[in-house]
Amino acid sequence: MEIPENLKYSSEHEWLAPAGRTAKIGITGYAAEHIGDIVFVELPKVGTTVIAGSSFGVIEAVKSVSELFAPVSGTVVAINERVAKEPELVSADPYGDGWLIEVDMSNDGEIAALKDSAGYRDLVASLPE
Amino acid sequence: MFGQGCTTVRHAVPTLESSALHLCAHAFSYRRYVPEHRHLVHQTALDARHRALGARMIPFAGWEMPVQYRGLVEEHNAVRSAAGLFDLSHMGEIFVTGPHAAAALDYALVTAPGKLAVGRAHYSMICDDSGGIIDDLIVYRLGGERYMVVPNASNAAAVAAALQERLARFDATLDDASMRTSLVAIQGPRAAAILQPFVGVDLKTIKYYSGTQTTACGVPAILARTGYTGEDGFELFVAWDDAVRVWDTLLLAGAEHGLVPAGLGARDTLRLEAGMPLYGNELDRNTTPFEAGLGRLVSFAKSGDFVGRTALERAKDHPRKTLVGLKVDGRGIARMGYPLYLPAAPDACGSITSGTASPTLGFAIAMGYVPVGRSTVDEAYEVGIRSQRASAQVVPMPFYKRPT
Repeated sequence: MEIPENLKYSSEHEWLAPAGRTAKIGITGYAAEHIGDIVFVELPKVGTTVIAGSSFGVIEAVKSVSELFAPVSGTVVAINERVAKEPELVSADPYGDGWLIEVDMSNDGEIAALKDSAGYRDLVASLPE
Repeated sequence: MFGQGCTTVRHAVPTLESSALHLCAHAFSYRRYVPEHRHLVHQTALDARHRALGARMIPFAGWEMPVQYRGLVEEHNAVRSAAGLFDLSHMGEIFVTGPHAAAALDYALVTAPGKLAVGRAHYSMICDDSGGIIDDLIVYRLGGERYMVVPNASNAAAVAAALQERLARFDATLDDASMRTSLVAIQGPRAAAILQPFVGVDLKTIKYYSGTQTTACGVPAILARTGYTGEDGFELFVAWDDAVRVWDTLLLAGAEHGLVPAGLGARDTLRLEAGMPLYGNELDRNTTPFEAGLGRLVSFAKSGDFVGRTALERAKDHPRKTLVGLKVDGRGIARMGYPLYLPAAPDACGSITSGTASPTLGFAIAMGYVPVGRSTVDEAYEVGIRSQRASAQVVPMPFYKRPT
């Protein structure tokens, strides 16, 4: 199971890639694998405010609908337009081309509450299968 | 991430939904495990095979079952284009035997199994006194005085109990063989070609909805041309442990034909495309066969009384709702429990019972209950999908019909 070392992780299986004030957000390989065949991804508009721990979008798979929870608070400065047209990118490359949104963080102190790769690996290991 | 399937309730720990395939939460199978209750969950004889194949296992109707192996859509497509192999050993198998077996089942079920020719089968229902559906099932007439009833896993115990009670006044005995009978189904256009070398009967002589006692892969089997996918296919009822031999043989021989193991996830999308109802979704005790569009099953013409007759005679002309098939616009999926509205109406007038993104058709389909008189083809509705409304139209069912 791929869990890149340079990312931060939420308990809800999102990853965060901080770069200065902004950060990209996506879902982890574990999440992508468990969701299965993704039908479409519903993302917020640029300019929307997201709040850490709150829903910012939805992933629809054939047999499930999963809410996306923001790992940090901020303003959406970019969304991945490609996944709107090719939702399967989220499954195929969750840490790369399947990224979801980029936010301008309003409180980068929130990053400290996230897990590092080792912590996230422990979380995944504690889950059945 | 990881909200609950139908309700998007965060951190919900789904309860073990004993009924039907609410696979909406499938992807999150790991949350459905309730460790302290593990000992109550049955495993099929093929459990080790599923795990070795990398299946994702979920608790379902008291069983741990494979929901998918390599991927739901891939498995779905394999069944439509080649073949899929299913472990359905969670289903019930109840044998009713005796001089009055036919009369007993005529009394117990809404159809007339007494009229079935030996070797034939039909789709039926068992209703309660008020006409509510206890379960939908298939009845096979294996002999003049011998029948096999196959209920849903979630209702097997309730069906066995109801039948036992209804049989009391007849010279017929019941044997619930569910826990010693495995069921392996091979479904898809290549099913007959794959299976033929391994069975002691010419499959061309087995009509749709027929069954016979024979051998399969070297073991005794009841072989039936039935299924729940909308494709041609067969179901093999064998002794518990014999399932391993049947499974291994067919999986190996079928590989070159494109056969893949298929899980309950694909089974659900296949049956939905084929317009087949699922107990717990379209059918329940608060629904009559007439409301579910299955009134044709109810045989008022048969002689003698049957359980639910009086209530069903009344229900026939007083449906409270009607089941329809819907094509849903946009890419959202109308899922079980989502509200249905007449266009721009503020209040819901019905609700979705099943929905998916149809892998075969390429658009979203659903079934749901709507008001009586509002079920004609092209009738327009809106489905509440979270905070938005998607337009939908009534379309004929089945959504998918196999090429003939």
